[in-house]
Amino acid sequence: MRDAFARTLYQIAKENPKLFIVVADISPAASMALFQKEFPDRFINIGVAEQSMIGVCAGLAMRGCTAFAYTIATFAVYRPFEQIRDDLCYQNIPVTVVGVGGGMAYSTLGGTHHAQEDVAVMSALPNMSVIAPCDPLETELATWTCSQSKGPVYLRLGKAGEPVLTADALEPFQFGKLRYLRRGEDVCILSYGPIMKMAMEIGKKIEETGQTVSVISVHTLKPLDKEGIALALKAHSKAIVIEEHSQEGGLSAKTKQIAWENNADCRLFTFSLKDSFLHTYGSQQDIWKAHGLDARSILNELLIS
Amino acid sequence: MNGGVEKNRYIQYRKRILQLSQKIGALHIAPAFSCLEIVDAIYFKMMRLNSLKPVKYLDTFILSKGHGAMAQYVVLEHLGILLESDLNNLCQPSGKLGGHPDYGVPGIEASTGSLGHGLPIAIGMALADKVFKIDRMVYVVMSDGEMQEGSVWEAMLIAPNLGLNNLAVFVDSNDFQVLDRISKINPNFYPIKEKVQSFGWEAIEVDGHDSWLIYEKFIKRKGKTPLMVIANTVKGKGVSFMENNPIWNFKSPSKSEYESALKELDGGLLT
Repeated sequence: MRDAFARTLYQIAKENPKLFIVVADISPAASMALFQKEFPDRFINIGVAEQSMIGVCAGLAMRGCTAFAYTIATFAVYRPFEQIRDDLCYQNIPVTVVGVGGGMAYSTLGGTHHAQEDVAVMSALPNMSVIAPCDPLETELATWTCSQSKGPVYLRLGKAGEPVLTADALEPFQFGKLRYLRRGEDVCILSYGPIMKMAMEIGKKIEETGQTVSVISVHTLKPLDKEGIALALKAHSKAIVIEEHSQEGGLSAKTKQIAWENNADCRLFTFSLKDSFLHTYGSQQDIWKAHGLDARSILNELLIS
Repeated sequence: MNGGVEKNRYIQYRKRILQLSQKIGALHIAPAFSCLEIVDAIYFKMMRLNSLKPVKYLDTFILSKGHGAMAQYVVLEHLGILLESDLNNLCQPSGKLGGHPDYGVPGIEASTGSLGHGLPIAIGMALADKVFKIDRMVYVVMSDGEMQEGSVWEAMLIAPNLGLNNLAVFVDSNDFQVLDRISKINPNFYPIKEKVQSFGWEAIEVDGHDSWLIYEKFIKRKGKTPLMVIANTVKGKGVSFMENNPIWNFKSPSKSEYESALKELDGGLLT
């Protein structure tokens, strides 16, 4: 995903002479080299200084530039929270804060590197938009969308090596709208980010039981397509939310709220990260499993219910 | 030395702020009195105009010590950028001015109020101007208390790396934070000038209540790097009982205090 981001940003920079990327000593690696070489004035490594990264982006955008701030998700969101709130959101300045490795992507590096409540925190801010693409193709489209935004955006990316999942999507990527990747009649699965791959596998398993399954990419978490979710809850007898995010303030919590507000009568199952720091290590899937987010646990719970 | 015209203006500013304070429960008076001459010097002597009618500036001013808002408001009122009615409706539901500068209000180029935000924003603006070769200065007024924020030191490290000689920061150095003297709470903050210079800035020290002296030092700058002017000031300057007394950081005077403050200002104690 970070390669897709870097490639796309380079393409945008070729068209938009006012595009800047400000990084806090973390870069989207080799794929950024071309950008850096061709536009050295517009690739700024501000140093290990996330607060200044955001403030400087605000100043650039207030001069009419398109500014992207980029670092590891935890550092992009938590350290400079007040700069994001005051400089970007309160002033409503179009800056994209890119958090790479959202969720548990840095699975071996411990809780300091796990952005497990970033969507909730960023969604709580007025004027902020939140986008979390599920694969490299959505990352490209999301990056273009961010570069056109009139206000601040949090772009939550995975890390590297995520497979393409949306090549056969039934609908185009549209900011603020649900995107059906598959359409069925009985069950709908709502998900976002790289855990979509597991959500699709679970969808296939459910189809083996004879039910048909819709898989929906909720790439825009804010503004959330509440109407689209309400319709999905109406159209299916069973709805499942799978997200790599805390149960507090993420898509699960919001879907429950929408279900309540719309008198939904489908059954609703939500699978999120626990509201807990687990202090465990391993692969990203190992961490998900420790949080109860693995295909077997999810299927078991769905079958028992 | 401040000339007669300036001296009169500085007294009028203070009287206006005191007058407005009578309608509001509490106001940051002393922090405004501390930086009035600095703000005035920047607007009247340093910033270049784009147009005279209406008054529009080519250069940018950011009041990073947002709690000094009253100083900026009265200067903007004097310039006609803010209207008398804007100030009369200060902190009222019908008005547009609050206790801290808010982006989008005429003459206000950044929302401040939380300390340590103005300098990084100014760096972004100055950087854009450098890259696109626009001849424009960015002026920032920061407080010495504000310099305890980590973001200020981050930004101080960064600005010289980016070659921003189009950035000038004025520190309102009154040796006070909310509760006490900085020299008591944080004695290792001093000396400031040497610290700033060691970060790659041009740093100069000046009497922060003498606008001509501030200007003189400013135009004599080398101008190769970002500039920090450490302007030594008195918190609450101009009203004896408000000077160097931390309770006047955020407080409106009673009627009798107000009257005696006006009398002092009319007596021309302000030098």
